[in-house]
Amino acid sequence: MKITVNGKPTETQQTKLADLLIELGHESMHVATAVNESFIPVSARITQTLQVGDRVEIVAPRQGG
Amino acid sequence: MPSFYGVDVPSKLMLGTSQYPSPAILAESFRRSGAGIATVSVRREAGGKRAGQDFWNLIQQLNVIVLPNTAGCYSVREAITTAQMARELFNTDWIKLEVIGHSDTLQPNPFGLVEAAKILTEDGFKVFPYCTEDLVLCEKLAAIGCQILMPWGAPIGSGLGLINPYGLRSLRAHFPEITLVVDAGLGLPSQAAQVMEMGYNAVLINTAVATAGDPAAMAESFAKSVAAGALAYAADPMLPRNMAAPSTPTIGKAWL
Repeated sequence: MKITVNGKPTETQQTKLADLLIELGHESMHVATAVNESFIPVSARITQTLQVGDRVEIVAPRQGG
Repeated sequence: MPSFYGVDVPSKLMLGTSQYPSPAILAESFRRSGAGIATVSVRREAGGKRAGQDFWNLIQQLNVIVLPNTAGCYSVREAITTAQMARELFNTDWIKLEVIGHSDTLQPNPFGLVEAAKILTEDGFKVFPYCTEDLVLCEKLAAIGCQILMPWGAPIGSGLGLINPYGLRSLRAHFPEITLVVDAGLGLPSQAAQVMEMGYNAVLINTAVATAGDPAAMAESFAKSVAAGALAYAADPMLPRNMAAPSTPTIGKAWL
């Protein structure tokens, strides 16, 4: 199915957010997530379902002022 | 020693972590500044990349308190979701709340700021609102529960210094119990000293240090200026007057 990850169209067969993170190489990374503009905590990633057209954001610590 | 929601921080200088020429220069700038708080942000991470992870490792070695921001957020919803992600990433309930209202000046959106600050405070966040020196806005933020206010000195990254010293002095007078920090717009250490001479509790600097020819030296200069300004405020400065008043005694002058 087609979803959007960090603004880029992405094809995936994963239906859970936790599985998508593994597929994209984030499983051991220090990241935070949101789906359709709502924050999804680490504890909810395993149950968070993904559907066609979902917008996923994956963020990490970065420089800031 | 400034207090941030009950946490006493030895340094009155807060430093941003953006725009440094290299991680090593960032680390050296923090070392020479003695800053106790570092501002950070959250940004998209590509799978398999380690930019965020490497930065996080660097920050953890600085021995500073981390203050994440919501920089670049123009809507309340964006700011809230960003704050929630930052709380998990950095394991802190502190958030430097930015809700931007104008793209040219990066002026805060006062209406969105109050709305977001209320929601986040009710959700347990300790909000550090990036605001203007508007008294009405600041009263509303304080009423919500903000124990810290962070008015701009000038637009972010401009280096213009204090464009409204009167407004900043008024804020200090109106909120004697609130921790006040000038955030943004300072370009020179003398401007930081001016802030502290007004009785502010701290200043937050990023661009002026990171984009200097020698960031670490500039960081140290800001630290010394902040300390000098704070010492001057504590020493109860004289009041200015319009007319001259001789400092050398007139009594006893030879009659020539």
